[in-house]
Order: sequence, then C-alpha cells, then structure tokens
Amino acid sequence: MKSLFILSLRGRSPKQSPALTWRFLRRAAALLAMTILLAACASVDLNASMPAFDTGVDPNTWVQVPAGEFEFGQHEEIKSTETYEIMVTDVTTAQYADFLNAALADGSVKVDGDRIVGYYPGDVFRGVKHEEEIKAGDWLFLPLDDQSQRIQFDGTRFTVQVGYENHPMTMVAWFGAWGYCKYSGGRLPTEVEWEKAARGTDGRPFPWGDNIQHNNANFYSSRDPFENMQTFGSRTSPVGFYNGRTYDGYVTLDSASPYGLYDMAGNVWQWTGDVYEGMHYRFMRGGSKDTYDMDLRVWVRNNATPTYFSPGVGFRCAR
Amino acid sequence: MQFIKTRFNYLFGTTKGLILVAIAMIGMVTAVWGLLSGPMAEMGVRVVVIKLLHMDIMQAEREGRIIILYHSIAMAVVAIETYMITGLLKMKSFFKTAINVLITVGYLLTMIFGMGFAYFGHNWAFHGLYITGLSLIFFAGVLLCVALWPWNKEYYVADKEYAHTHSGFDLERAAFFATAVTTVLSALFGAVPGSYYGHGFETFLAENVIRYPEKTVMEYSIIGHLHIMLALIAVMITLIIGRWLNFKGILHKFAMPLMILGTIVLNLGVWGVVTPLEPVAHMVIYVGATPSMFAALLLLIWSWSKLIKDGTAHLKKPTFLQRLGALVRDPLQFGPTWQMLFMNFTTSGIGIFMAVKLEEIFRVWPAREERIELTGHWHALSAIIATIILFYYGDMIGLKGKVRQLYGWTILILSDIALAAVTIFEMKRLFITEAEQQPLVNGLMYAIDFGLGMLLVLLAVVMVWRLTDLFKGKGRWSEEKDQELSQEVMK
Repeated sequence: MKSLFILSLRGRSPKQSPALTWRFLRRAAALLAMTILLAACASVDLNASMPAFDTGVDPNTWVQVPAGEFEFGQHEEIKSTETYEIMVTDVTTAQYADFLNAALADGSVKVDGDRIVGYYPGDVFRGVKHEEEIKAGDWLFLPLDDQSQRIQFDGTRFTVQVGYENHPMTMVAWFGAWGYCKYSGGRLPTEVEWEKAARGTDGRPFPWGDNIQHNNANFYSSRDPFENMQTFGSRTSPVGFYNGRTYDGYVTLDSASPYGLYDMAGNVWQWTGDVYEGMHYRFMRGGSKDTYDMDLRVWVRNNATPTYFSPGVGFRCAR
Repeated sequence: MQFIKTRFNYLFGTTKGLILVAIAMIGMVTAVWGLLSGPMAEMGVRVVVIKLLHMDIMQAEREGRIIILYHSIAMAVVAIETYMITGLLKMKSFFKTAINVLITVGYLLTMIFGMGFAYFGHNWAFHGLYITGLSLIFFAGVLLCVALWPWNKEYYVADKEYAHTHSGFDLERAAFFATAVTTVLSALFGAVPGSYYGHGFETFLAENVIRYPEKTVMEYSIIGHLHIMLALIAVMITLIIGRWLNFKGILHKFAMPLMILGTIVLNLGVWGVVTPLEPVAHMVIYVGATPSMFAALLLLIWSWSKLIKDGTAHLKKPTFLQRLGALVRDPLQFGPTWQMLFMNFTTSGIGIFMAVKLEEIFRVWPAREERIELTGHWHALSAIIATIILFYYGDMIGLKGKVRQLYGWTILILSDIALAAVTIFEMKRLFITEAEQQPLVNGLMYAIDFGLGMLLVLLAVVMVWRLTDLFKGKGRWSEEKDQELSQEVMK
C-alpha cells in the first residue's frame, strides 16, 4: 500500500495531478480487486476439526404442548392448537443414520446412485401460477455425494462423520424429513404447532424472551466455538447447546422455549409439515447459523422446493 | 442576527442551498443508520450506537422501522429532484416558491419525526407529523404538476434543436409533466395500503411475501408502489441530467416521445397489478420499460458523442485513445450516463435474468436467497441514483481542476466497486455453494464496505467544507445564492 502512494505521488506536478489522481485510483481499484480475488479464492476445509461437546440434552426427549390459544405471527393473530407432542431438539445425524439403516433394511428407502430416495404419495395439483406438480413416487430424501453431507454410506450401512453425531441432521430434503417423522410414528409439525412450541402463549419474539444476545443461539457471526468467519464460516452446533452450560470457557445462556425446546431459533432452519393449496413450496422456521438475528424471530418464514437441501436446514418431529 | 439570516436565506431560499441541506440530511441518516446493519452489526457497532443514541428498538417492529427509514431517505431524494426541476425549468415564481417551501417542510417533517417515531419510542404525535410531512410532499407534487402544465403556451418552444410538435408544444416538458403526474398518482398506491397497514404498525416488507400464490389487493398495491416509485425517481433523474447536459438534436426528438410513452405505459402496467388485469400486467410493464430505457440510451449516445466531439475538436483526426480520453476527461459529465449504463449490469440485467430463469434457477433456491437478489438490485438502483445526483451536485458547486477529477472519479470508482460486489453477492449461488462461500462473501463485503464507506467519507469531507464555508462572509455560498440551475446548463 505504501509503495502505491509513493508511485502515485512521485514526480508530481500541478499539470500532471489529474492524470496522477486517475492513475492512483486505478491502482487502488486494481489492488482492491486483487485482494477480493485472493480472499475469494481461499479454499475452504469443509472437514476442519469440530469441537465436541456433550450438551446433556437427550435428543430422544419429547414434550407435550397443551391445547389452547396463543398469539401467532408477527402481528399476534390468535390461533389455537390441540394437544400435541414435539421433540425437544432437532433430529440429530445419529438419529437419522439409525433411521436410514432401518428403513433401508425394510425397503422404506432406496439407494438411487448418489441419492437416497423414498416414496411420497404426492400432492393435489391445482395448476396455479408457479406451482409445480408433486406426483406420487420416489422423491429425494438426501444426497450422498455432496461434500457437506455428514452421513456416509459404505454400500451396506450408514454412519455419521465423527464429531457430528449430536449435531442436527442437515442436507436433508423436505421429503427426507417427512419420511423420517412418518417412519418414527410422527409427522412434521405444522407452522402453527411449531410457533406455539417456540414462543408459548405470551407473544415473545424469541423462544427465551424479548431480546437476543450472541450466546443465546447459533446465528451468523455469533462468535460461537464452531464458527470461523475467515474460512468455513458458520457451522452447526450440537443440539441443545444453548442451555446455560459453559463449554471450555464459552458461556451459553439457557435459551429453551417456554415448553423446554432447544434450538427453536438459530442453528438450522426447520422444515414444517404444511402443504398449502396452489403451491409446492414447503416452509421452514427458526432461522439458522447462516442468518442474522432478525431471521431468528419466531414468526419469520422461509420456504423452498421440497427437494431443496442445505447445510443450514434440518427438522424435528411432532406427534 | 444578520449572519444567521443570510445563511438561513441561502440554505432554505435558494436552489443550491436547499439541495445542500437535503444532501447533508441524507448523508447524516445514511452514516448513522448504516451502522445498524450488516458488518457493523457483526462487529458490535450496532449495539453501541443503539445505547449511545438511546434508541428504542423492538424486534416486532423492524419492518415498520425500515419502511419509515426508506421513506425518510426517499422523500429527501424526491425533494432534491424537485429542487432541480424548479431550478431548471421555466415556471411562475409563485409555484417555484410554494413547491420548494412545501416539499422542504414536508421532507424535514417526514425525516425528523418519522425517524423519531420509529427509533426513539412511539410518540404518536411524531407519527402524525410524519404523515403530515408526507402529505405536504404529495401536495407539493400536485402543485408541481400544475406548474409544469405543458399546454401553457408560455412554455412552447420554437428552437428546432429540441423535441416539440408543429405548434411548439414542448415534448421535454411534457415528459417531465408525465413523470410528475404519474409519480403523484403512484404515491396513492402506497398511501392507501400504508394507511391500512400503518394502523397499529401491522405492516410487511414486499420481499417477505414473494412466492405466496394469493396476495391481497393491498399487498399488490405495496409491491407496485415501491417498484414504480423507484422507477419514476430514476426516470426523473434521467430527464434532469438530460436538461443539465442540454440534451438536444435529432436524438432528443426521438427520446422525448419515447420517454413519455414509456412512463405512461410503465405506470399503467404497475397500476394494473392491483386490478383483475394482474396476469398481463407484467407484460405491460416490460413494454413500458423498453421505450424508457431506449430513451435513456439515446441520451447516453448523444452525451458521449458530444463529450468526444468537444474534447477532440482541436484535433484533425483523433485516434481511438484520444477519443476515449475526451470521453472520460470530465468525470462529472461522463459519470451520470456511465452510471445509467452500469445500472444495466446491477439492476436491469439482474431483473431480466431473474425473470427469464425464475423457475429454472431462482425458484429452486430458498426464498431467503431470492430475497437477497430482490433487495440487492433495488438498493443498487437507489445507490446509482444517489451517485448521479452527486455528480450533478459536484458541477453545481463549481468543482474544478483536480478536485473535480478526484471527486468525480472517487464517486464513480468507489460506487461501481461496491455495486459490482453487491451484484456478485446477489448471484453467488450460481457459482458457489453455501458451505464454501465464506471467503468470497468476506471479500465482497470488504469491497462493498470500502466502496460505500469511502464514498460517505468523501461526502463528509464535502459537507464539512460546505459547513466551514458558511462561516465565511464571502464564501462560496454567497456566490451560489444568486445562481440558478437554468443558467448553468451545458452549452
């Protein structure tokens, strides 16, 4: 940078000033472009070591949400639900691998090249603008050939990449989430059920209350032990991580929802089960490790085609 | 007392003073509120600013706050464009004074009390004054339409260099008039649903309801409103730049009818969105946008040809490089039309590409990705309009020599670096996966923050200079108080 200035100002005279200024600006632009290019070309180690923590939260736990009204959405529309049960955490990769092993053995899922597929009975198609038909048949549950996939298949068994066992299952399409919950005797929660479980009945914007701090949840640049914003960016945290414990000096706040659910804001978006008339998109809730805090507000919705998968999308089940 | 009176009269009684105040107000809002989002939020600056300024920010009200912020800035931009119009075009002095007074009081009320309401506790008297401000701006718009009335024979032209009918009806004035009238009408498309949703602060951002197959008339109205208002601000600045550069000749004669046609058809298309004609409205919008953009292209061709011709007049047979040198010799004259061309990369190109590949690419991505593209491309267009205003302002305040070069090229290069980075950021999913994107995102963020941050520093330097100038008895302000834009159009 210093040489840039020296080069630009050397031999300066009043007549040459505009040309020198122009040259300086060009050089500054070139330098900046080169910096961006170099920064952008840095390779990302998707298998960089992951700190392992036992959160003490059992992902097999379910809680009951009582029937009744609550304030739904940003503008607090009154809605009600029946009594239902919902998982305390997101489904973990270990749980999903167990499901795949069982489902593959009894033929509920199939290996189709580099993909796992399963049967879905299809949706009613109304031909609305932008609507795509979801016919009955085998649909993508999850890809196996993506570098971000933490479940491996050796031809006979599914295993989990070491260190990710208690992390939320990601890289799973809506069909894969739907298939898991159905196989486990449950279903994906509706958006209304999801939101009630996340905020309770007092209209709070976050599962734990009114405001968000860095150690409430895993969100973009939240400075948690799993992220490195210079290289791989944000990564998932073990389910139930934000429970008030301290991990190697990293203090978390107890961020459970009023019904005791963890990770209802941040970590991964969660697929919900509604199939809306005239659209094939499926909705997700909760924000993720890749979104700013504003997307962690309980009423924020995201959606994608049901075959979409991402390192930032997971799910939990209800029954 | 005399000291304050003379400065006040300059700042609020002259075109250049009014523009200076509005630019300073926008600069201050942008500088402070820019600290509340993006990397500044990541670095913890947001929290400090909120505490320092005692802001009262509730999570549930973010959307409402942002809408007020957008309007506060946009109304000041509309005011600047209005000052330019009243300064450039012939009109009765009563109208000029009335319009400038109304719009000045209007945007200041909107900005001060709107931001006060949105960010510093909900004093409903402030909200009332915010609405009063918007209403005054609307009324100023109505008066502007009356003042621009192109069928008034006083404003007919005889000069064959400018587009007009056989009877002398001024087509350029008609283009200004059409844009002003449609802007006033399109404001209603925001005002009506704004009243509906604003009651109880129950509003929404248009980018959050994409993909919903069923939208209410009010939702369509909001979506139409934000698109058309930005488009009309862009059309108006194109006309203003054309007037400043003294656009004329054969291309002017083609461009002005196209601008009138494009503006009217574009508006009909957008208004059609809230009617049963919604399914064909988008086609009408495309049909309307084409002549408007073609008219802007004609301005660009004329302007560049003139710059090259003027800059090489002393040469017998100029080479390509000499022509190029002449084209870029004055960044303040070259900048506005360059930015119009660059806009095709950051805004129109992205919009068309998205429309063409919507089902195949963009609707496969999650809605949040699509939202980034949508918000990104209209933020880019807004920033481009702002830079065009700054180019004109640089000429207006008489920048010369190396300061003119430095000012002009700094704006052009920094903004284009930032906006190119924004465009790549929007489109990154086309060539990089989520898992691998972080280094690229970091690089792009550096470019965006560097570009926009340094641009704000430049603006701050200019504003500090203008502030210190006000303390001089015979500063530049004292020259500017007697100058008018219509006397300074390019020869």
